[in-house]
Amino acid sequence: MAQSGAPTAAHILNGHGPNGGDPSATRRAEPEGVSARRLAEEVAGPVISRLARPLARIARPVVNGLEDRMTADLDARDPDFIREQLPAAWLASSLWFRGEVRSLEQIPQEGPLLLVGNHSGGNMTPDTIVFTLAFNTFFGVERPFYQLAHSLVLASPYGMYLRKFGTVAASHENARKALHAGAAVLVYPGGDHEVHRPITERNKIDFDGRKGFVRLALEAGVPIVPVVSIGGQETALFLSDGRRLAHALRLDRLFRLKVLPVSIALPWIINVGDFFGHLPLPAKITTQVLEPIDLRERFGPDPEADEVYEYVTKLMQDTLARLAAERRFPVLG
Amino acid sequence: MRIEERITVRAHCEDVWDFITKPSNYLDFMDGVTRWEVQGELERGLGARYRMLMQVGSAQVGGLIEVVEWKPPSDMAWSSIIGIDQRGRWRVRDAGEGTTRLTFRFFYEVPGGIVSLIAERVAARSLRRRIRRSLINVRTELEGRRFAARVASTAELAG
Repeated sequence: MAQSGAPTAAHILNGHGPNGGDPSATRRAEPEGVSARRLAEEVAGPVISRLARPLARIARPVVNGLEDRMTADLDARDPDFIREQLPAAWLASSLWFRGEVRSLEQIPQEGPLLLVGNHSGGNMTPDTIVFTLAFNTFFGVERPFYQLAHSLVLASPYGMYLRKFGTVAASHENARKALHAGAAVLVYPGGDHEVHRPITERNKIDFDGRKGFVRLALEAGVPIVPVVSIGGQETALFLSDGRRLAHALRLDRLFRLKVLPVSIALPWIINVGDFFGHLPLPAKITTQVLEPIDLRERFGPDPEADEVYEYVTKLMQDTLARLAAERRFPVLG
Repeated sequence: MRIEERITVRAHCEDVWDFITKPSNYLDFMDGVTRWEVQGELERGLGARYRMLMQVGSAQVGGLIEVVEWKPPSDMAWSSIIGIDQRGRWRVRDAGEGTTRLTFRFFYEVPGGIVSLIAERVAARSLRRRIRRSLINVRTELEGRRFAARVASTAELAG
């Protein structure tokens, strides 16, 4: 099963959102002349790709088949199941992450809306646990609430569990379907790109130029509600998203793995790929919900995606900076 | 899980009853309550419904509740319709000499298995603390009013 990068099993919501593969997306610049990269390309790359090719040949049709079946079955969401799982989420959120979600009342009481969040914490996604719990207890499990994730996440062993929680494969079609059904939809446009960013960039909003969420909100005519979280990137010592390494090892071509994150995390100490998740440090997670943005009201009848993207990311970045300024110590909060 | 707390208030039963059954007072005196909204046309009485939320740990929990017992000025009980399974009861009893014994009982159940039992117990500590503070708030408010009334009356006599 593919792990880090786009097809990360444990990413609940690492989904690239409805905009993965956005042609307008910009990539991080790759410095040239890196000796490790050259070594990987010259030695490890061909060896690994030779070993992995037969596996990829077997896995791809299976994966593609599963992806085909991962259309949004909104009915798979099970409010009773969610209700039964809330105590565990509450314990994790209250005791371990000391979660604090502010201004939930800013979210409109009813009707469809697009919650746009920044994503942190590697495959364990603690911000998702804290926010999903808060949303479900505040509005009740009866309110339809869906989260977008990569289809391979849903094809993983966690898939059935996540589908009951309302996780659907990230695509415009599925998102539109959920929004037209009147649901609240949560998307993390930064997805795998953002969730594995190094700890030095922990207070940075980085959607990698993915503007699909803007187009989705415009098409569906729903407000965007930005959700900014801090603390997730302190649950391990994230060193690198390993994008260059994944590319050098040709994992992007073989498994569509765009990143191969490297971190220092429990219990593995050196954690490459975050394949099996990790024990997150008990960092305090604080989430700030911002005011809903009615795009046409703010930007006129035909808003430019670039302009909206800049506005939303700047707003979120400013909020993240404020939350960061409040923090006295890493992890402790 | 059942939590029960009581307090004696130097105020008449009717005043205590009037105070604790007025929905708009809950945000002021009920510690941790973030929402207490009347749902429907009936503000108080049997069948009145409220949407309530209380901060417990990292979440605001609660739901829609309905008054299922209404015996002024002694007993009011409610039960949940949506949200966390809960029942609550106010008991207001005359304790003589112008004082009132006020009891608050709260039952709640968390769905699930062992994890839920742990969550129930962990939440109980926070809830008990909140309920104690709430009763103290009721006492402070009502005894403050009584004191203010006495001061006003003395001032009037002196004037």
